[in-house]
Amino acid sequence: MRNLLNFLYRYHAFILFLLLEFLCFTFIVRYSNFQRVRVLNSSNRVSGWIYKNYQSVEEFFALRRINDQLAADNANLRSSLLSLRETCDTLLFPASRDSNSLYSLIPAKVIHNSVNKQYNYITLNKGSNHGIKPDMGIVSPEGIVGVVINVSKNYATALSVLNSRWSVNAKLAKTNHFGPLYWEGVNPYVAVLNEIPYHVEVEPNDEVITSGFSTLFPEGILIGKVLRVEHEKGNNFQKIWVQLSTDFKGLSYVYLIDNKGKYERDDIENMISDE
Amino acid sequence: MNKKPAWYILLFVVVVLLQVLFVNNLQVSGFINPYFYVLFIMLLPVSVSRTVLLLLGFVLGITIDIFSSTPGIHASATVLVAFIRPFMIDTSNLEDQDKGMIPSLQNFGFRWFLKYAAVLILVHHFFLFFVEMFSFNGFLYTFLRSILSSVFTLILIVISQFIIFRK
Repeated sequence: MRNLLNFLYRYHAFILFLLLEFLCFTFIVRYSNFQRVRVLNSSNRVSGWIYKNYQSVEEFFALRRINDQLAADNANLRSSLLSLRETCDTLLFPASRDSNSLYSLIPAKVIHNSVNKQYNYITLNKGSNHGIKPDMGIVSPEGIVGVVINVSKNYATALSVLNSRWSVNAKLAKTNHFGPLYWEGVNPYVAVLNEIPYHVEVEPNDEVITSGFSTLFPEGILIGKVLRVEHEKGNNFQKIWVQLSTDFKGLSYVYLIDNKGKYERDDIENMISDE
Repeated sequence: MNKKPAWYILLFVVVVLLQVLFVNNLQVSGFINPYFYVLFIMLLPVSVSRTVLLLLGFVLGITIDIFSSTPGIHASATVLVAFIRPFMIDTSNLEDQDKGMIPSLQNFGFRWFLKYAAVLILVHHFFLFFVEMFSFNGFLYTFLRSILSSVFTLILIVISQFIIFRK
């Protein structure tokens, strides 16, 4: 017994070191199931508060750029409104518009963002108080951004496309062939679309859009454009590099997609897998 | 030159805020990412016990982790640095030193400090980047990334010495 105590005393620093490292690696490995650790992420109150205040200072200096972006956005919306009005006027029947459309958008502001890690996350300034729920898709005016994972009362954290743990189902706009799109962890402007069969002809600048197969995103949201195509030996599929249309380094305002048909669709799709 | 606990608490807060608010945004093509916050562990007094050193390393790492949503990754690297720090000071042939002294550039000289900082930063960055990748795939890429980021961190830390301990 005394020997044991002696031993513990002599090597206490080393034992403590091993214990702490063990604890750290438990965190790392458990976080792979990234839904579980809810305390340790940046939507928690203190870090959310600090990021928000810092953001408001930084935002002041970025106002010009944000203004330009909003103005461009407005212009786009106005022009589509005008053309829609025209079509409405020419319709014979009075518009029996369904105000309960399937998707609604919630605007939010990015208060923290990174592009230089392997696993990049985004923190948003809205949370469950504003109707944000986990598994909502996020888009920017330029294209897709990511998906919400954790929600606190006033903040939410999200995986961005630039996270090697996530992939999104995408398709080629021209031919409708689909496959998973993921990020390889190096260049924040380029992702990879895989599992497109050999016989499909793909050319640079072809558009890549969301497939609408998952309930996160409606079909047809722009992801990016084909940059180049590679035929790897011993692989049955083409590997396609996609230039992302969203500039993750300059992300400021985003929209969260509230899909009202999500639960209904999930339920009916799960019935198949249950059988 | 002894410092009070309050000074260390202030240093901790400043180092963490500088890291998460400014240094993390200092990116060169998303490739180089200096981790300046190791400075806190380096500047703890010579006499600090190994247990306290390890625990403070853990707290510092976890704090950075909370800000970057990466539980455990930074903490594992800072605990390693806290573990090897005593070896760096013991083997440096420094006799009759004041036990409460800070291992800073001004107290121990430029050459000694450069070596001390370089070793700790290299260990920290290599460990961190490889744990972050969690594989040896793309070994050369991660290797280069660690080296270049370490150089940047070293420059920042040497500069910090002249700002913190201004005469």
